Amino acid sequence: MRILIKGGNIVDPSSGVNRRGNILIDDGIIHSYPERTKTIEKDAETRVIDAAGKVVAPGFIDMHTNLGEPGYEHKETMRTGSMAAAAGGFTTVVCMPSTVPVNDNASVTEYILFKARTEAVVNVLPIGAITKGLEGAYIAEIGEMREAGCVGVTDAQYPVMDSRVMRLAMEYTKAFDIPVITDCQDVDLATGGVANEGYISTMLGLKGVPSASEEVMVSRNISLAELAGARLHISHVSTKGAVRLIREAKQRGCNITAEAAPHHFGLTEQAVIGYDTMAKVSPPLRTEADVVALKEGLRDGTIDVIATSHSPHTEDEIKVEFDLAPFGISALETALQVSLQLVRDGVLTLPEMIEKFTVKPAQVLGIPKGSIRVGATADVVIFDEHELVTVDRATFLSKGKNTPFHGAELTGRVLWTIVGGEVVYSV
Amino acid sequence: MSSEEITHILDTSESMKEVSTRDVKKVPVLRGATVVNLFFEPSTRTRSSFEIAEKRLSADVLNFSLSQSSIVKGETLLDTSRNLVAMGASVIVIRHSMSGAPWVLARELNSSIINAGDGSHEHPSQALLDLFTVREIKGDIRGLKVLIVGDILHSRVAGSNIWGFLKLGAEVRVAGPPTMIPSYVEDFGVKVFYNLDEALDGVDVVMMLRIQRERQEGGMFPSLREYSKFYGLTQERLKLTDGDVLVMHPGPINRGVELSSEVADANQSVILDQVANGIAVRMAMLYVVSTGSLS
Repeated sequence: MRILIKGGNIVDPSSGVNRRGNILIDDGIIHSYPERTKTIEKDAETRVIDAAGKVVAPGFIDMHTNLGEPGYEHKETMRTGSMAAAAGGFTTVVCMPSTVPVNDNASVTEYILFKARTEAVVNVLPIGAITKGLEGAYIAEIGEMREAGCVGVTDAQYPVMDSRVMRLAMEYTKAFDIPVITDCQDVDLATGGVANEGYISTMLGLKGVPSASEEVMVSRNISLAELAGARLHISHVSTKGAVRLIREAKQRGCNITAEAAPHHFGLTEQAVIGYDTMAKVSPPLRTEADVVALKEGLRDGTIDVIATSHSPHTEDEIKVEFDLAPFGISALETALQVSLQLVRDGVLTLPEMIEKFTVKPAQVLGIPKGSIRVGATADVVIFDEHELVTVDRATFLSKGKNTPFHGAELTGRVLWTIVGGEVVYSV
Repeated sequence: MSSEEITHILDTSESMKEVSTRDVKKVPVLRGATVVNLFFEPSTRTRSSFEIAEKRLSADVLNFSLSQSSIVKGETLLDTSRNLVAMGASVIVIRHSMSGAPWVLARELNSSIINAGDGSHEHPSQALLDLFTVREIKGDIRGLKVLIVGDILHSRVAGSNIWGFLKLGAEVRVAGPPTMIPSYVEDFGVKVFYNLDEALDGVDVVMMLRIQRERQEGGMFPSLREYSKFYGLTQERLKLTDGDVLVMHPGPINRGVELSSEVADANQSVILDQVANGIAVRMAMLYVVSTGSLS
């Protein structure tokens, strides 16, 4: 089966390509960038996709997804989560270890990969736990998880509070060339917090999470990474101070990368007014000043990656008191649209934005993806960057319909998603 | 609520207060209507006050009290409330330990919802009865200096009173230990004091908030003794104000902690007037909500 993508605007930051052209996919591989297509089009075995006026890019990589399996199949499954990913233009998703049981050993990693092979429509790469049971006390079998296919380690939303344990984990991972990925939150300082600490949390009577709870841990983790010489990646940066700390660390040569989630630069704490549980997320939506700082961080490269922090929840779970609702946003199907606003606002060029969805996460994880050079695996997304869409959560393919962007008018629409030469999503 | 809406309720409260002076303290405004007091927190005075108000308006009253743990383990807030609506409740008066709980009901149900206190967010009926009490004695709220003392951070009474008094044109001050003053409270337009003596200068109304013992366990202040020394209202401190200052407290009071017994029982204390006025104000709230004279 061959696919000819005809006449699209090819944007491949991995090779610097940014021009109109054609791509021929054969046997799951990017075969060539043919100048002439007439002969190929005549071949009955070749599917022709007319991409005129559309963007053709490497399939996106989401390095921060919760897929629900094992243990939370009511929220999401490999099938639904991967279909949502495909609908969002992602061809690879990296799933968090905060499952039941926790992905803290090779058996669970193998189970996840087995389920992914049999049910997922996109590539699924697991992240293992830093500590056993995500309990922050003893480092997990990181070496075996690496052998089984984990591409990073994190304790997800349960940050390792014990600095000694974190140091050991950072040292240990060096033997296996695997990044340490950290949610940065001082859980004592953030105890009971459900919204950004500020005027709005005070007005709503909600317990606040101060920016300092994130910055204290960003600072500690940078210090420990410098001590241990580890590869540190910081998840979903949300505050102005965290951006500054990361920028300073990078300037002095610390081996550190960072990501931001679309909701953190696309929304402010204002979204929580009215106790909208779909806007409850950790770290919380912050202030306009934080959003400005995140955009500056994205622009100057302090923030390398855009990752979704996709956290699907059921309707029953979100139609409750704000304090009782779970943290998280179903984000795979709006990430591109929210991020394209950065391009419209002049924060990033289109290739720069695509880079943060493709080659940058591939580099952080050390995986041979995020490129559509000749010879690469044919993971491709084709999207319209200008089409206006109104977000309707009812249409999500994810089981989680929890999005604070419901009803928002955004631009950008994914038209085709191709994984390993197979069309897994088309409108 | 706008200042007009607040004033409308206060005016209505005056008529309702008149009902309470009659031999037969009852009017048929809510005859045939079912009002449910849905309380997820133990509360004797607010619930009783609403119950008396409802009965004086001739409503059929159901008190539905649940412990917080039962709701967490079992039925959701929404399902509990839907049951009450199915039983015919046209007004639900809700008290809940979590901020925003009444909003869950207001979003999903067609019944009228009255917030009888949610988490550390708001306690509108308390603020309205405080405004009513001050207006009744002082004549006008505008231009008054009102000081609220204590745990501003966790107090829904403070939350609603700050809005209410500011809306009606008063100057609002708050005082207490910095651990109990929210960092952003100045953005609401109030003045913050950490020294009670300075805060008392020139005030017309002093509202003392109840100090909850669990806050000490949470490390918000070192001891009740020290709290009382720096932030308790005593006769000595009362002398720092003009003689006609009003001393208020939402109750229940801790004698000897946030205010001394002499102050609680002094002429300036209107604590029991607040309780009495609470019934009239809650009657007015029920009236405007169920007759639709306010949305």
